[in-house]
Amino acid sequence: MPEVQELVKSLADKYGRKRENLLHILQGVVEQERYLSDVALTEVARELDMSAAQVYGTATFYTFLDTEPRGKYVVRICRTITCDMKGKNQIIQALEDSLKIKLGETTQNKKFTLLETNCMGWCHQGPAMLINDQAYTNLTVDKAIEIITDYVKNK
Amino acid sequence: MTYKKLKRIDLIFHEDCECHKVLEKTFSKSNDEIINDLLESGLKGRGGAGFPTGLKWKFTAEQPSDERFVICNADEGEPGTFKDREILFKVPDKVFSGMAVCAKVIGAKKGYIYLRGEYRFLLPELRKALDKFHNDIKDLIDFEILIQMGSGAYICGEESALFESMEGKRGEPRNKPPYPTVAGFRNKPTVINNVETLVYAFMICMHGPMKFKELGTSDSRGSKVFSVSGDTPIPGIYELELGMALDQFVEEFGDGDTKAVQVGGAAGFCVPRKKLKETIIGFEGVPTGGSMKVFNSSRSMYNVLHNYLEFFEEESCGQCTPCRVGCQQLIKGIEAVKKGEKKAVYLEQLLKLSETMKLASKCGLGQSVANSFSSIVGNFREEMIY
Ligand SMILES: Cc1cc2nc3c(=O)[nH]c(=O)nc-3n(C[C@H](O)[C@H](O)[C@H](O)COP(=O)(O)O)c2cc1C
Ligand code: SF4
Ligand code: FES
Repeated sequence: MPEVQELVKSLADKYGRKRENLLHILQGVVEQERYLSDVALTEVARELDMSAAQVYGTATFYTFLDTEPRGKYVVRICRTITCDMKGKNQIIQALEDSLKIKLGETTQNKKFTLLETNCMGWCHQGPAMLINDQAYTNLTVDKAIEIITDYVKNK
Repeated sequence: MTYKKLKRIDLIFHEDCECHKVLEKTFSKSNDEIINDLLESGLKGRGGAGFPTGLKWKFTAEQPSDERFVICNADEGEPGTFKDREILFKVPDKVFSGMAVCAKVIGAKKGYIYLRGEYRFLLPELRKALDKFHNDIKDLIDFEILIQMGSGAYICGEESALFESMEGKRGEPRNKPPYPTVAGFRNKPTVINNVETLVYAFMICMHGPMKFKELGTSDSRGSKVFSVSGDTPIPGIYELELGMALDQFVEEFGDGDTKAVQVGGAAGFCVPRKKLKETIIGFEGVPTGGSMKVFNSSRSMYNVLHNYLEFFEEESCGQCTPCRVGCQQLIKGIEAVKKGEKKAVYLEQLLKLSETMKLASKCGLGQSVANSFSSIVGNFREEMIY
């Protein structure tokens, strides 16, 4: 995959090739690719002259640095107590039905991945979810379906 | 104890601030004068631990080194806390200005904002505000602020884990001492402050220490930004004077059926209705980084505790055994009691385990699990069993 190689190289050129720049580079790859493939991880290790194990060990520490294939849009629903109290389970159910996948899975067309996440700082407007970087709050079942349908149709 | 009446304050978000002018005025003072103002104000850190901010700056400034750093902790991961996002969104200049004053006092040329990954959407606006700020302060100080993103790890809010993360490593807390004032980011003397702390430091430069000091109590000076959520008709962000009794808080924010308030998030304490009156919000009573979660009588406190324990189990960095295994065992334990597989007295053993975690864990995460565990199990024992 020469594309990933080029991406890693350009990120290393931009941020530098020191250990301190590792997270920037991994974050940059995830921003483009939504996850860190084995190829990407080895490529980062090569560019930064580190062992692949070190790169992998660092990446797996961080929830947002996924090492499993993810869809173009990663949907993360908050599971922490306030969102739980406000009905996050119904939201998850609605999204599972609408995307026809379970939590943790990715749609066949690789467009959506459905995940849970811990408190993301919108507890006063729960239930809340992130789609990539965008936060959606005060969710109801209808609203969640409306949002996801819009992504399905228009993005 | 002295109790304060609940009082709304308008310092942090007040839009009266000509940051450049205030910085100019502040920079005409000596570093000692600025530190003395901070000490005089009584400002303590708003990120949880409550260390006097003036002392932190003073120790860092006094540490011999060729380089020092100031870091703004915007990792805001404590469940129920969302005020730092609002501060960065609404008054970013005040945060930058607080960092600039700190930079002058400690002699830092570089500052960093460590922003949690969940707040990435703030980046474009923050960058814009930062460009303008850098341009505005060119004539005053040689100081640059960079933004570093987190990637979804609560533990990276712990200061030494945050440094590790900034150095491109796994966010595993370090042994202490040495403290950040001696060896922080890149092992250089570092001031790390919460977003809100930096703004208050700047407000103290703007208004003088008295305006801050006359608020609050002798142990908890000033005001604080609270994040209110749960069973309340008016969830949101409120700046309140410190030192009020919790029953006043509930009168204002409760829904008339309040059963308990979780003060300080998952790492904090659960206060039941019968103890609201005697509980003071502040460092002399129950401290909080701002998280206030209200539960009414329809809520199962077993579910609340279970949810917190799952949170800790997942966010534990796994570096030390008491925390890694302890969190798992506490979950298994309360599940077993609930299902009747273990007798109710087993709860005593679990309480002991949480006490051991408090003593033997390496960092604040493992050490604070006992706070919510013992306060929920202690006050709602029946709910754990039936
Ligand atoms: C597990 C854990 C998570 C923490 N998360 C944060 C955080 O998100 N934001 C924060 O300001 N402080 C957090 N802290 C406290 C910091 O370690 C540190 O004490 C604080 O940033 C110091 O700033 P202050 O003196 O202004 O309060 C956390 C501590 C622990 C143990
Ligand atoms: S107490 Fe928990 S989070 Fe802290 S160092 Fe130990 S395992 Fe990691
Ligand atoms: S509990 Fe869901 S955003 Fe905080």
